[in-house]
Amino acid sequence: MLDDKDRIFTNIYGWESFSLKAAQKRGDWDNTKDLIAKGRDGIIAEIKASGLRGRGGAGFPTGLKWSFMPKESPDGRPSYLVINADESEPGTCKDREILRHDPHKLLEGALIAGFAMGAHTAFIYVRGEFFHESSELMKAVEEAYDAGLLGKNAAGSGWDFDVVVHRGAGAYICGEETALIESLEGKKGQPRNKPPFPAMAGLYSCPTTVNNVETIAVAPTILRRGAGWFAKLGLNEKNAGTKLFCISGHVNQPCNVEEVMGIPLRELLEKHCGGVRGGWDNLLAVIPGGSSTPMIPKDICETVNMDFDSLREVGTGLGTAGVIVMDKSTDVIKAIARLSRFYMHESCGQCTPCREGTGWLWRVMTRMVEGRASVEEIDQLYEITKEIEGHTICALGDAAAWPVQGLIKHFRPEMERRIMEYRKRAA
Amino acid sequence: MKKKFEIDADYQPATFAFTEKYKKKAQEAINLYPKGRQQSAVMPLLDLAQRQVGEEGAKANPPYGGWIPRAAMDYIALMLDMPPIKVYEVATFYSMYNLAPVGKNLIQLCTTTPCWLCGSDEIVKTCKDQLGIGLDETTKDGKFTIMEVECLGACVNAPMIQINDDFYEDLTPGTMKEILETLANGMKPKVGSQKGRKGSMALSGPTTLKEKAKKAGVV
Repeated sequence: MLDDKDRIFTNIYGWESFSLKAAQKRGDWDNTKDLIAKGRDGIIAEIKASGLRGRGGAGFPTGLKWSFMPKESPDGRPSYLVINADESEPGTCKDREILRHDPHKLLEGALIAGFAMGAHTAFIYVRGEFFHESSELMKAVEEAYDAGLLGKNAAGSGWDFDVVVHRGAGAYICGEETALIESLEGKKGQPRNKPPFPAMAGLYSCPTTVNNVETIAVAPTILRRGAGWFAKLGLNEKNAGTKLFCISGHVNQPCNVEEVMGIPLRELLEKHCGGVRGGWDNLLAVIPGGSSTPMIPKDICETVNMDFDSLREVGTGLGTAGVIVMDKSTDVIKAIARLSRFYMHESCGQCTPCREGTGWLWRVMTRMVEGRASVEEIDQLYEITKEIEGHTICALGDAAAWPVQGLIKHFRPEMERRIMEYRKRAA
Repeated sequence: MKKKFEIDADYQPATFAFTEKYKKKAQEAINLYPKGRQQSAVMPLLDLAQRQVGEEGAKANPPYGGWIPRAAMDYIALMLDMPPIKVYEVATFYSMYNLAPVGKNLIQLCTTTPCWLCGSDEIVKTCKDQLGIGLDETTKDGKFTIMEVECLGACVNAPMIQINDDFYEDLTPGTMKEILETLANGMKPKVGSQKGRKGSMALSGPTTLKEKAKKAGVV
């Protein structure tokens, strides 16, 4: 279990104020200019050495991502940092806590990351529904400007840095980085083809890096306490540091908690969430990393660790670390059918396999819930997911396919049983 | 589900303009983006239009909630030097822009899997029964509209709903009913967890940062 002294987010539950004064007491904005004095290469080297991987779902090495940004602008185009606070993955509610309870960690991180990638401006794209969270973030931005921590010569670092808070308006797809950029430009949030990658041509066709809130917010603490400290905390060098976990569904005490990367799932649920409702043996399955990641049944949950690679080995993923727990009372087919409806609703409509396929998945899944289908249709359903997966511009198509694939992989007998029952009733 | 954009509907007003207060806010929003990139302000401006209409609606009889008339979209298009169709595209793409009048209290019920696992069906039923309307309908007195929405990002505090700008979390049919009654009486219910927990820590008390919790008077 993570020691309190190693926690980065010490105000995650909002017991103290989010204000600058309180944040400074917690250690934020402490001599930020010394961190920046490490230089661009120094900061990137430190972040690389820490093993930090993106906290938004894909887990791409953060230091490496920052290093893709051009060192100098050959044509006068500015570079931009864009922070993805469009938290909408079902099961995920961690960035919300950073925005409303610890916004100064994010702002200090923005300055440092912005400097490290040669950006003078950061846009923070907050999902529209987080009205109070974005208001609090805006207050924190104002405080930071008033204290000289943002703006000209930010925090005495010699680097000019501006932060703009942009509110979304209800579109899951804007969590995809290029859709987010489109939205920020004042358009529909429809993902762009890559290449060009945002580091070459992103916001306003300028070099852009899009990072998740949590990724940026942990950066100052890593630089302050050293890459070695962060790297040692996790399971191994590729799955390092601490992570915010959101545990929802059928546990006795749902909560958000910061823990070490790679904590065993069972330990996470039993230490922090009062265990599974009705006891461990009442566990049916867990969706480990937000709705897009395939579910894992109880026998895998017994031993699996919560990190990028351990979860990949069992055919799922850490994603956003939004852990959705389902006990034996759950209609597991209905739980996934509801997710299919989510993806149908959120498909941006641009690529045919996703636009048509997500609706198709939902319609077939609705019949599977009743059992009003034939057994062969389970294979057809699987085939549809394979026709969507990998055939779209962005990963929403994959995200729609995986939950259904996870269901078929682990609960096919349940689906067949329901079909048989329906037939019996019909006869 | 969001209502369709009906460009020539009877309820569409002929004209729209920002009031001085909102004009100022709109200009501030435009100033946040680089020169020549004023189109980036289309989302903040649509939001402002919806809020201005909502402010007017709160005083009307019967009252109504914020929505964006077509005239407002055209007005914003002029202001930002955009073709109107580009503004319509944005307004219709995002779920939070209401394209037709709604009730003064727009109740958005999250029913995505994490909330559903924790009993969102009962919350939906409570709202329907208490208000005597179905999903996507508005009460005759103009006070309430209920609609189903996708994940609102507070899953640890499920089941939860959003009413206008506010989240109401850790609901039960009982507390849901109380919230509706409070609103019906023209008062504002307590926002956030209805079980009295602080943020998203475990209801039974924190499992981490215990010394800090003691100092803060949480335990």
